[in-house]
Amino acid sequence: MTAYTATVTVRLKRGVLDPEAETTQQALERLGFELSDLRSADRFEVDLDAADADEAAARADEMAERLLANPTIHDYDVAVAER
Amino acid sequence: MTVAVVQFGGSNCDRDAVRALDHLGVDAERVWHEDGLPADPDGIVLPGGFSYGDYLRAGAMAARAPVMEEVRAAADDGVPVIGICNGAQIGSESGLTPGTFTTNASARFQCEPVHLRVERADTPWTAAYDEGDVIEVPIAHGEGRFEIGEDAHADLVADDRVLFRYCDADGNVTDAANPNGSTDNVAGVLGERETVAVLMPHPERATLPDLGRSVDGAGILEAFA
Repeated sequence: MTAYTATVTVRLKRGVLDPEAETTQQALERLGFELSDLRSADRFEVDLDAADADEAAARADEMAERLLANPTIHDYDVAVAER
Repeated sequence: MTVAVVQFGGSNCDRDAVRALDHLGVDAERVWHEDGLPADPDGIVLPGGFSYGDYLRAGAMAARAPVMEEVRAAADDGVPVIGICNGAQIGSESGLTPGTFTTNASARFQCEPVHLRVERADTPWTAAYDEGDVIEVPIAHGEGRFEIGEDAHADLVADDRVLFRYCDADGNVTDAANPNGSTDNVAGVLGERETVAVLMPHPERATLPDLGRSVDGAGILEAFA
């Protein structure tokens, strides 16, 4: 078994309204920053032991499918690194 | 034999639901989710509130609580199940109903009376109304914007599973009458069975006389009578 950190990034699908990101962008603009768009995402770092990186990724993928992401509005990706 | 109002950590409309059902002559009791459902419930209410502090997504944690397996099984057996506000979020997160409820377009918590158009009158939840009736019921949510993928929305409409839409006082479904940016002004939907429904507005807050502006919500809860 090897120790891994699986990083799951969950973001809204393109085209899904993100009022929190819009509000954050407006606040940045009020502070004088110039930007053309802003997107937010949730990142989960999962420490786990697995036989190999594929197994670690598969388990993190299932975590995203079953809880971390909502497929109606979210896309997600998984990246695995040895810890 | 009773209606089970399932209480999660952070539920806060469970008592209101029991009071409203009592008023309608319906035997109802609060059930702590860890205790599981009583045997053969007459119906199930997933009440409003802020279960688990809306962690991750509103309703996401409660939707994965073991009691929801029992709720899904009961729903499959034809037991009437309604999710109200946070209960609607829990219901959609658990897959009882299609789509999801997320952050209001305003990015604000909104607590206000709204008008709903009854889109189906041939369900247990709407037998008291006629199709096209306009009822006034309050909302109180920060995450009530109904989102559903384009294809799933087409299916929802084709299958006639929209139960209520936000509308103006005359029943016109307009952007101006949409309080939270919901897709297609959807305020409530049916599950695979017509005995399963979720809605963001609070019928239990529009049931007791002298409490609010209307008692229009009573008809929804009369499904359990």
